[in-house]
Amino acid sequence: MEEKKTFTISVYSENNVGLLNRISGIFLKRHINIESLNVSSSEIDHVSRFVIVIYATEDWTKRIVKQIEKQIEVIKAFYHTDEETIYQETALFKIESHLLFDERQIQNIIKESNSQIVTVSRNFFVISKSGRRNEIEELYDQLKPYGIMQFVRSARISVSKEEMQISTMLKQFQEQE
Amino acid sequence: METKTLKKEVANTDKTIRISGAEAVIRSLLEEGVDLIYGYPGGAIMPIYDELYKFQDKLHHVLTRHEQGAAHAAQGYARVSGRIGVAMATSGPGATNLVTGIADAQIDSTPMVCITGQVARHLLGSDAFQETDIVGISTPVTKWSYQITNASEIPEVIAKAFYISKSGRPGPVLIDITKNAQFEEFDFCYKKCNGIRSYKPVPVVNKEKLQEAASIINSAKKPFIVFGQGVILGNAEEELKTFIEKTGIPAAWTILGLSALPTDHPLNVGMVGMHGNYAPNLLTNECDVLIALGMRFDDRVTGDLNTYAKQAKVLHFEIDPAEIDKNVKTEVAILGNVKESLAQIIPLVNEKKHESWHEEFKKKRDIEFEKVIKKDLYPEKEGLTMGEVLKEINNATGDDAIIVSDVGQHQMFACRYAKFKRSKSNVTSGGLGTMGFALPASIGAKMGAPDREVVAVIGDGGYQMTIQELGTIFQTKVPVKIVVLNNNFLGMVRQWQQLFFDKRYASTELTNPDFITIAKGYHIKAKQVKKREELVNAVNEMIASKEAYFLEVCVEKEDNVFPMIPTGSSVSDIRLS
Repeated sequence: MEEKKTFTISVYSENNVGLLNRISGIFLKRHINIESLNVSSSEIDHVSRFVIVIYATEDWTKRIVKQIEKQIEVIKAFYHTDEETIYQETALFKIESHLLFDERQIQNIIKESNSQIVTVSRNFFVISKSGRRNEIEELYDQLKPYGIMQFVRSARISVSKEEMQISTMLKQFQEQE
Repeated sequence: METKTLKKEVANTDKTIRISGAEAVIRSLLEEGVDLIYGYPGGAIMPIYDELYKFQDKLHHVLTRHEQGAAHAAQGYARVSGRIGVAMATSGPGATNLVTGIADAQIDSTPMVCITGQVARHLLGSDAFQETDIVGISTPVTKWSYQITNASEIPEVIAKAFYISKSGRPGPVLIDITKNAQFEEFDFCYKKCNGIRSYKPVPVVNKEKLQEAASIINSAKKPFIVFGQGVILGNAEEELKTFIEKTGIPAAWTILGLSALPTDHPLNVGMVGMHGNYAPNLLTNECDVLIALGMRFDDRVTGDLNTYAKQAKVLHFEIDPAEIDKNVKTEVAILGNVKESLAQIIPLVNEKKHESWHEEFKKKRDIEFEKVIKKDLYPEKEGLTMGEVLKEINNATGDDAIIVSDVGQHQMFACRYAKFKRSKSNVTSGGLGTMGFALPASIGAKMGAPDREVVAVIGDGGYQMTIQELGTIFQTKVPVKIVVLNNNFLGMVRQWQQLFFDKRYASTELTNPDFITIAKGYHIKAKQVKKREELVNAVNEMIASKEAYFLEVCVEKEDNVFPMIPTGSSVSDIRLS
């Protein structure tokens, strides 16, 4: 049986209402959980980019990518392994302000983890940390004993090491039209 | 029959006229060449129906008795005419009632455009009267769906809908139009859609792959073709015939590929799949090259994938890239319209006969004839069989009727025994298996091919799922012939209960009403047949009728369809009894 891995699916699409529903439905139909989902603008005007992380076999990932590409508004979809991408997540940690002064170790943790203090107020301060999932988890484990008031982690954003050639493809489409 | 070819309004893309969104819908449909719509009015679509009233000399509306009937009728129309079927309904329950037909059209790749009314924009999301999120509901079962909330979007979206529905692998499209958009006025002008940036409907045929496939075909000792509906949708019937006649390769069909090749063609070796023929199913696991043409390796065709054609090199000719390697791994995939790819491969393949390979098919066909076909078509026992009814329909129509079958045992008998001379003659619910499909679909089929005989073959279960469409037949006077094969059972489920659930017939026996009285209540000629000696005359009388005709044939109660591949079993494990 084929081994399951983490795959990052990148979808370039028209920016249309309802497409998210169509794309998420493809995963739902196959009972595959979306580990992380981010939708944003891309390097091309009026073209959106979905970054979807799943844990599945390559065979299933391939099939899913084909189904995604079949959707009318999708320009192109790709899938990559972790080794083929540069990816990051961002997390915010909200912690009681007095700890910043009372617990000297907290300052060391912030420094060593390359995280940033976003804001400091009378009652709390907020740390932002960008990096791979394990780096964020490591920071979480270090801060947890001191008490974390709130924690949130973003979806993965990712760029591929190889070129995706969407601009070339769009140019070809326009020439054909 | 009221339907006639209606005058098409001449397209004028230069001029703009200030009209309401409702009128824009009608004018857009006329620009797309639509002259027939199936539907059911209601509150949220009344402005469009009001315009339909004004345009009734150009656009004929068929009032079905249920929106599901409208969707199936549009499917029947599309399947035989090759045009796009159009169905219309109001918001809420009207829209949701279309969904079964939409799902059926999606899985069977039927071009259909559905238009639904929706509550006004300012009420969206407020749980207003008859509001449902039909775009959300229909998303998984449509090729594309869109909600229009401004009148000015109407022409572009309708043009796009028609382009998407028919191009590439066809499918259903749903357009939901809010009531305010139907009332609003705007400057209308119409331009047909010729392309969408992100949508490339037909892949370009790769010549190197064709060469590779031709070389494999030329060196094959036991090649075998399975063709599906892609041949019919791509109008590739002639290319299929030329290809098999040149290469001498035996060809079998999937349930939706039926009628693409005349039944009596010497290279036609029958149907594959769960209730298909013995030879093509068994020999799938003996061929050395399996050529799949416009088919998708449905699980009803393949049985257990782990044992399906493992010895064969699989060549897959397909328009939809998502179908490649979905179920069966291919040696070579030829993407593109099968008409184009077949035309290009024909000059590359050698002329062959494959006589000894054909002999293997013949031997197995003889076995099936002795063990199954003979008793189905020439029964010696007293009870009437479904097979012999089909045989008499063939005789009475000269093997040239459009057969619209519902879902169940009778469907399998119809697909096994109906004979066809022409393409687009078999209309059935293949992928979704929708009981209730045939009666409304036969209305659409007859309107799509008014010069042809249309015979609906239905079981007593499915008939009662959309029996209300007798009202549509009565009102439109569409002369369809309806044959109900009545065994007072949900026959296929009963067969499974007999074979796999120790004869525990849980909720499958039907106490049926007097079907003749019901038909007569709708002023439809009707007859019941209980004895073999009455059958031929009754079928002939039905076919000779110029009007709609209902024939109830009381068939043997506990007959079974064989051959059969039990679910999840290998095609090699096909049972003859």
